[in-house]
Amino acid sequence: MPGKIVLCRCEDVTLGDLEHTVSRGYRDIEEVKRYTGFGTGPCQGKECLAVVALQLARITGQAPSGIPPFTSRPPLAPTPLKLLAKDPGAHRFPDDLGDEEGEA
Amino acid sequence: MQGAIDDEDDESRADVSGEIRLPATLEGTSGPVPERAEIVIVGGGVIGLSIAYHLAKLGLHDVVVLERGYLAEGASGRNGGGVRQQWSTEINIRLMQESVELCRRFAVDLGVNVWFRQGGYLFLARNAKEVARLEKNIALQNRCGVHTRMLEPKAALDIVPELNLAGVVGASYNPSDGILFPWPFLWGYARQAAAYGVRIFTQTPVGGLDPLESGGYVVHTPRGAVRARRVINATGAWSPKLAQMIGVQIPTWPIRHEICSSEPLKPFLRPMVSELASGLYCSQSMRGEIVGGVSLPGHGSTYAMGSTLEFLATYARRLVRLMPVLGEIKILRQWAGPYDQSPDGNPILGAAPGHPDFFLACGFVGHGFMMAPIIGKLYADWLTGGTPHEIFAQSPLSRFTDGSGAQHAKEDFNIG
Repeated sequence: MPGKIVLCRCEDVTLGDLEHTVSRGYRDIEEVKRYTGFGTGPCQGKECLAVVALQLARITGQAPSGIPPFTSRPPLAPTPLKLLAKDPGAHRFPDDLGDEEGEA
Repeated sequence: MQGAIDDEDDESRADVSGEIRLPATLEGTSGPVPERAEIVIVGGGVIGLSIAYHLAKLGLHDVVVLERGYLAEGASGRNGGGVRQQWSTEINIRLMQESVELCRRFAVDLGVNVWFRQGGYLFLARNAKEVARLEKNIALQNRCGVHTRMLEPKAALDIVPELNLAGVVGASYNPSDGILFPWPFLWGYARQAAAYGVRIFTQTPVGGLDPLESGGYVVHTPRGAVRARRVINATGAWSPKLAQMIGVQIPTWPIRHEICSSEPLKPFLRPMVSELASGLYCSQSMRGEIVGGVSLPGHGSTYAMGSTLEFLATYARRLVRLMPVLGEIKILRQWAGPYDQSPDGNPILGAAPGHPDFFLACGFVGHGFMMAPIIGKLYADWLTGGTPHEIFAQSPLSRFTDGSGAQHAKEDFNIG
């Protein structure tokens, strides 16, 4: 059944995938993230990180408290480029022509 | 799952009993390192693992790889996956032709899907000077057999209809450039190297190097010491720190480059698109994400890997101007990685002067990933008794110390 138990819904990562990953020697939560792709979808780990960490602890015989979360990456939530493009902190290149005021 | 593609029947294996049939790629996290090794490679990035794999493939199996953190923790796991032949020096063009060929065969040779896709690279010029620069490079690329061509702005629209061409005066396009997914490259090299007998230790930092009178080094780690006849420094941006342990000065410095990834989209963008004016680049990965970055000036020398809003805002501003339709897509995450910046933009290879058993593979200025397939092969050829490729004679550390040794022309096409 491990192949049918889904741990990460965004990227379709199952318990079987996690067991396989550990069997290859990838035990660090950062390695597991990269090898399986868990936590790299729209939720960025907000739904799946705790359950993967708990199962990783069980499989590797570690205390859950010994598994830190993977590095969280900005932005906090998926953010449209058009919003970010309006941020006044953008660097201006020589060819930007002072057009920032006129842009929608 | 990304890493499971290399298994023929992963589902049945998982469902039957969870039995482990394949050997682990990595050593455990607690056992000791071996007492001796013919070669110790410091750095479990793509350069070190490519060298390890090629050495083992040529019969030199007594190799130990020591990685301070996890595989792909440094720049090898943080780059945009671009693989191009559009360079400004003949040696880089020719090396990258060979690297592209190795990438094309990687899935078959290494047994892992690296999601390599040859959608081309499209460089956009916004003034006559940039056009002249592209034309000069194209002439050289064509002489080497790379079919890059100059395009009128309108012709670029045939390749990427979503482009806003206002201000674009020309473009260069080579259809055989491509992109890959960096992480599986490391797993493929690591797994096959391990299958040949190479031992790969993660979470194993090198704390010191003691030269032996008979040659070679004692390499100290928290998991014991390895006596190595030869040591290879493949630590990327950390190369100067490792070399410093034996008093060798490497004049490279770390520069943080930021990058980001979007939500996955249906495939629509064929080439990597880049504009010279800002160093903006973006491509669509085989996962569907738009992955890209932009050059920000003046962050100085730093190992800090933090992310900035300035980067995201600059990238968004430039990208939305170039491809307005992308304004609607959402960024999922941003991160950063270190370039190992060399003073002349070229790598530093070969033994350190006065240290014939200490080899360098550093200074790749953000294109180490795409160079790794061919550099690893050439390094292994040489260290197993083959004739050294000319790149070694052209890339000595001595060019920065006493000015000796040939060096190749300054590469001026380090973009992004």
